[in-house]
Formats: sequence, C-alpha cells, structure tokens
Amino acid sequence: MTNVIGRFRFMDAQRVNLDGFAVEDASIGLIAFNSPADPVPSLVIDAGGRVIEMDSRSAADFDILDEFIARHGLDLAVAAEAMATTDLAYARMCVDPNVPRAELVRLAAGMTPAKLASCLALLRPVELGLAMTKLRARRTPSNQAHVTNRSDDPLLLAADAATAAAFGFREVETTVPVLGDAPSNAVAVSIGAAVGSPGVLVQCSVEEALELEMGMRGLVSYAETVSLYGTEQVFVDGDDTPWSKAFLTSAYASRGVKMRVTSGGGAEALMGGAEGRSMFYLESRCVALARAIGAQGVQNGGIDSASVAGSVPGGVRSLMSENVMVMARGLEACTGNDALMSESDVRRTSRTLPILLAGSDYVCSGFGSIQRYDNMFGPSQWNAEDIDDFLVMQRDWGVDGGLRTAAEPHVAALRTRAVEAVRAVYRHLGLADFGDDWAAQAVDAAGSKDVPAAELMAPLIASRIIRETAVTMLDVVAALYETGFEVEAGRVLDMLKARVAGDYLQTAAIFDESMRVLSLITDPNDYAGPGTGYLPTPDRQAEIDAVRQQRSVEDLRREQAGHRSDQLRVVGPAVAGSDPREVVVGVSPAVAREVWVTLSGLTVVEALRELLAGLEEEGCFGRVVRVNDTIDLGMIGLRAARLSGSGIGIGLQGKGTALIHRRDLPPLANLELYSVAPSIDGPLYRLLGVNAGRHAKGATPEPARNPYSDEAIEARYHTKVVALVGIERGCCEPSQPPQELAVQR
Amino acid sequence: MSAHQAVGASGRDPAEITLERVRDGDVDITDVRIHPDTLEHQAQVAADHANPQLAENFRRAAELAALPDAEVLALYEALRPRRSTAAELLDHAARLEAAGAARSAALFREAAQVYERRGLLR
Repeated sequence: MTNVIGRFRFMDAQRVNLDGFAVEDASIGLIAFNSPADPVPSLVIDAGGRVIEMDSRSAADFDILDEFIARHGLDLAVAAEAMATTDLAYARMCVDPNVPRAELVRLAAGMTPAKLASCLALLRPVELGLAMTKLRARRTPSNQAHVTNRSDDPLLLAADAATAAAFGFREVETTVPVLGDAPSNAVAVSIGAAVGSPGVLVQCSVEEALELEMGMRGLVSYAETVSLYGTEQVFVDGDDTPWSKAFLTSAYASRGVKMRVTSGGGAEALMGGAEGRSMFYLESRCVALARAIGAQGVQNGGIDSASVAGSVPGGVRSLMSENVMVMARGLEACTGNDALMSESDVRRTSRTLPILLAGSDYVCSGFGSIQRYDNMFGPSQWNAEDIDDFLVMQRDWGVDGGLRTAAEPHVAALRTRAVEAVRAVYRHLGLADFGDDWAAQAVDAAGSKDVPAAELMAPLIASRIIRETAVTMLDVVAALYETGFEVEAGRVLDMLKARVAGDYLQTAAIFDESMRVLSLITDPNDYAGPGTGYLPTPDRQAEIDAVRQQRSVEDLRREQAGHRSDQLRVVGPAVAGSDPREVVVGVSPAVAREVWVTLSGLTVVEALRELLAGLEEEGCFGRVVRVNDTIDLGMIGLRAARLSGSGIGIGLQGKGTALIHRRDLPPLANLELYSVAPSIDGPLYRLLGVNAGRHAKGATPEPARNPYSDEAIEARYHTKVVALVGIERGCCEPSQPPQELAVQR
Repeated sequence: MSAHQAVGASGRDPAEITLERVRDGDVDITDVRIHPDTLEHQAQVAADHANPQLAENFRRAAELAALPDAEVLALYEALRPRRSTAAELLDHAARLEAAGAARSAALFREAAQVYERRGLLR
C-alpha cells in the first residue's frame, strides 16, 4: 500500500471499485458477444419440412433446447428468406423508420438463435435505443415493482403495495424469505394493490409448482418465475425441460393467468454451464425457446446474473441487446434493471438510462419500491431510496418510465386504508388479529425496521390456514365486502373476472386504471420515426412534469412574505453624506418590499445588523439606502459609495450576495465580492462590515475567503435565484431615486 | 376488444357475478375461470397477430382448462426431468388423447422420445 500514490489510493476508494470486473474468458462463458465457440448460423430443412440442421448442429446431436426450438420455434415459411438476409441488412432495418416493426418480427420468426444474435450484435448503443423504441410490443411504457419485507408483515406489505400503486406501478411482484408465508403475502399484496389502484397485476414469486397452485386459487394474477436457461445442463439443473415449461405455460393460461418467462445473460456462466458460449448467444437460445413454448413475454437483461454480464467488456450493452431481441421475437419485454448490478450510482444509472429513454413494456422487471434492506429478492437496481431520482429523470428527459408523483396525504390515506383492509380481512377469515400498535407502525413505516410490533409467526399461521381451508380470492372478496371495503372488493373481483375474458393473456398486457387492457392487440406500438409512436397524453405529461418538489415564483413570494418585518422600513429620500467615517449600505429594489430573507436563511435585517456592527467595530457608522433603479449589484454598491461620506459603499442584494465598492471605480470593478450567498453567515457579514470600515479609514482589510463547499450549491439555489431576480426586476423603477431605510437595532 | 362473449368455465355470464352473490357464497371459483372457447378465441387473436406459438399455447391451455387443478399439477410434475419412464409419459399421452387433449398428448409423446435420447427419463 505504501508504494501506491495518493491519487490511486483515492481512486481505489471510490464505490465503483467495490464492483468486480472480469478479464474476458470465453472458456467459462465470461464473454458478452461472439465467443469463438458460438456456432455459425445455419438452417437446413428436409423435403418433409423437418429441420435437420440448425446453427451448425445436425438433428441427431440436438440438445433439448435445439430440439424444441427446431420443432416449434421457427416459422419455416420465412426461414429461407430470413436466413439469407445479411446480418447488416437486418441490423439496418432495425433502425430504419421506414421498416415497420411487423416486418422485423416476421423475419426474426424465421431466424435461428445464432442468426438473430449475430444480427443484433451489430447494433451500437444508440441504435439499440432506436430499435427498442420501435420494436417493443406495447405502445404505452410501464413499470413493475417489488413489494416485500424481511418479516413478511402482511400489514406492511399491504401498505407498501398500495404505495407502489400510488406511484404508478402496474405490476407488483412479491416473494418470501420464508416459503410457507407465500399465500399470506399474495393475499396481503393483492389487497394493498387494490386499495392503491384498480387493475394492478400481482404475483408471488416462489417455486414453480406452488406458484401455479396460488395462480389456480386466484391468489395471484400473473406469474413470472418460470426460468429458462441457455444450455441443457443448466436447464435440467433448474429441474425443468422445455416440455415441462411449455406445459407449465399452458397450465397458467388454462386458468386465465398471465405469465412470462425469466432468463438473462450470464446465468449459465454463473452456474458453471456456459459450454464456452457467449452470454448473448445463450440468451438468444432462451428467447427463441420462450417464443417456441408459447410464452407471451420474457423478463431478461441479466436479472439475477446482471452483475456477471456487467463484469465483462460490452456486458451492459449485451443486457439491452437481450431486451431488444425479445421485442424482435414479438414478445413482451420486461427489461431487467432488476437485481442491483453495481455499487456505483453512476454505473447503475448508466445501465438503466438508455432503456428509460427508449421506453419499454416494463422499464424495470422489479423496481424495489421498498427500501433495499426489505427487498427479499436482494436489493434492486432502483429502490425506494431512488423513487424521487427516477421521477426527476422522467421529468428531465420528458419520458414516461411508468411512474408518477404521489402526494404525501394521498399515500398516507392509502396506507391507512390498506392496513385496515388487511386487518379486517384477516380477522374476518380467522387468519390473524393485528394490534393497534402494529397497524399504526405499518402505516407510518419507511421499512420493516420501523415495525417492531410485527409478529413473525402471524404470516406463517395465516398461510397455513389459507392452504388448509382452501381460501380462494373469492373468499377475500367476500371478506372485503362484508367488512366495509366495497370499492376494494370490487377491484379484486374485477381482476378475477378479467380471467374470464382472457384478454390480458395476450402479449404485453397490462390494465390501465379504467380496467382497459393495453397490449400488443389493443395498444400496438406504432413508432415509425419522429412525430410517431407513444407520446404521453397532456394529462400524463403533466403528471410526469409535476414532481412534488417543484416550486413556483408564487411559492417563493409566499415564503419571503413569511419573513416580513417592520424592523426595516423606508424613512424618506436618500441624500449624500459628508462624514468621512460614514459607509452607506445599498440594498436592492425588492428589499423591504418583497424580499426579506437571504439564501443562507439569514433575514436581510440580520445581515444588515451584522454589517453595521462590523462598521462600528472599526469606529465607522453605516447608513442603509435602497437603490431603486437597478438590480445590478455592482451599480448598487457604486450608488451607495457615491452617497457615502467616506466614498466607500457596501452593496447587498436581497438574496444575500454582497460587495464593497468605492466611488471612483468603474461599476464592475469592486474591492471585495462575497458571491456565494447561500454560504454567507452572520460572522462573514460582520467581517465584510469590518473590512468596509478599514477601506473607509485607509487601513488594511482582513483577507476574506468565500466559503467553499463541494455541494451542488447551484443546483440547490439557482431556481430560487431566478425567481428572486425576477422579483427584484419587478420592483425596479428606473426613475425612482434611492430611499433611506431605518433598521431597528 | 372483440365480439366474443366470454362466459366462465362453469358457463356463467360474468355480468351475473356481483359482490352480493360472492358474499352469499353463490359464486364458485369455476365461475371466474376461463372457458376453453375463450382460449380458442384468444388463440385466434394471437394467430392473427403473427404469433402461432402463443396460439398453440392457448389451444393446449383450452385442453387443460377442463382438467382439475391437482391433475394439471401432477402432469406438470411428470414432465420434469427424470420423473417418468417413457411408458409413463406415453400413458399420460394416451389418457390425454382420450380426453380430447390431443395437443397436450403430442407434447408428452414428443417428450418421451426426446427424453430417451437425452437421458432425461427416470
């Protein structure tokens, strides 16, 4: 360590260096694109229409993935044309606004996994963004939330599900630290989501068979934990085959339950079974298989292995390429940004931003709407800690990432109602009795650490009763209705009735808040270049733009008026002085009219008192004059100096910026400038007064340093500065002479 | 979205399913289960939107819609790796075929063949 220079010790300590970075190593699958072991694309079909060779492998050697894809996944009618299309031609079509989405999907249907991977590997980052904007299935983007907590606390789950719905998430995914708690979690989250909004889809991610069972009983409305892997060995290690997964896919549909599959680059390398292939090629096999088994959608983009992909060169690009590949196969894309892939805020933003900008069926396949520590999937790429960041990023770029601002009183009311609804239902069904302390803590909690009253056994017991007494969602509906939660009962029942119509089984389906299905069928993406495709409605744009932190000039005016004081008032016209010990303090036009407090929080009166006291320390005295005809601080200081008996003046803007001026200097030259208004405190104004006095006496002033901070002072204050300058401008009257002000001491 | 008038698996019109009836215990889970005809309709929609595989999935689902939950779960289990012998898979296929579930039966027959070649039988 002693041999490492300070610059590198400092750099090593930055958060990005907590991440692991791997030397590319194709032999163990640590390679994003184009491994030497990736096959050359090929497709040979015999006279009987049977695939006898695919991607340089003959049918006799097909593994289970090849076999299923070859039998079910390819549109052989377009295969010849698709395979003959050059990689470059297809890649260019992806970004050509004149080539419609449908044409790209048609051709991709005839492409083998190696062929489609080979084409899409050519897309550079910005081209991937264009391709995503055009290729995603649903026109309206959306987002999915994780709602979990460490104790499977049903009350907190419900409150947080309602909160997630309030923030705009249209799918909510829960899971369990304790498998036995799953049914309780599914019920609590479903109730909470229904309190938050109509039409929020709910799933509980657990082992395949239990998840299916919960779907059959109506306890969840979609499923996602149906994992696919890109090599036979890892697939079988996952305890499934393409045939069992195809069956499972149909089993969900047979109960009217939406489902998508899960895959993601790097998973095979992580499980030691990559067979030397690149992540992108293996993922191409997964996506082709997803299509072949008849799944309507895929969540990919790394997911649990995102950080594996992120560790190799080009890995983050490959994650987005995977998403685009899903879209090219005509499927719903739930585009990762799920498991946290970096300790660095910069890197995780870098990984997500292109997808947020391009727009996706679901930007995140699991935005942690709860705090990191409560996320039982592990921390997400985006978490409760980041909701405001995400909302502001939407606003910055004017894009729809599926989220909206929610006001505190609204969320507080929803959380209270969600907690009370779960209490009532659990009591009614004999599942649990929750005390008042627990309920109150759950409403207020920012996370499960704030709910010490939670009892860990409660969800386990409730789940056991749900399973043993075969509680279905109809029982939950009845309980909600009987206990006075009629609106929520209706919403949960509507989700059950939606299964009868089955429209939400179609590709990329979500419900809007009016229970309309938005999908490939009802809301198809029609992007065809600038001026086309999805644009937020004016109402939605207003929702994106109106973050709760925004302030208007009127807000600022009210804030200033709150500091109004009769300790600073006009006493008459200002005249020139003659006493050589006199220093005039010139203030800006809005002072004692509309501006009363500086950016540092010190009132103008307090700042003036410090200035005057500093002058007195030097045996001088001050006089306060309001300059009415200019808002330029240099001119204000100069006007003051020219009225001053000593020829020295102080200029003070209402926002707090100050300087010392002398009557014979040009306006923009001054003796001392205190420019960082938010950091000027009482002692510094005092020093400024002292120094002005010394200038008046011809003595040596003390060197004053502007206080320095590494904080984003400008980001914090510039909106206020713009508003304050506007107010000053409004008070400025070119013909109005200066006036003398009295400061009550 | 379409002219298809969906009824529940039980044949009941969803318009009849009210909160009062749910409260009174007059609604069964099969009333809010999808009907095979609706899955066939959704298959047609998927096929019309360039996804024959999704259509095939919905048609297999239409076959499974008639089966009880426990049987569906058992069939899924049978298809997982090394759970069944070839004969068992073919037995399932025969029973599915007899129950009018030809597509699901084909899936089981295909699995028996491929599992044998890839060593995934019990």
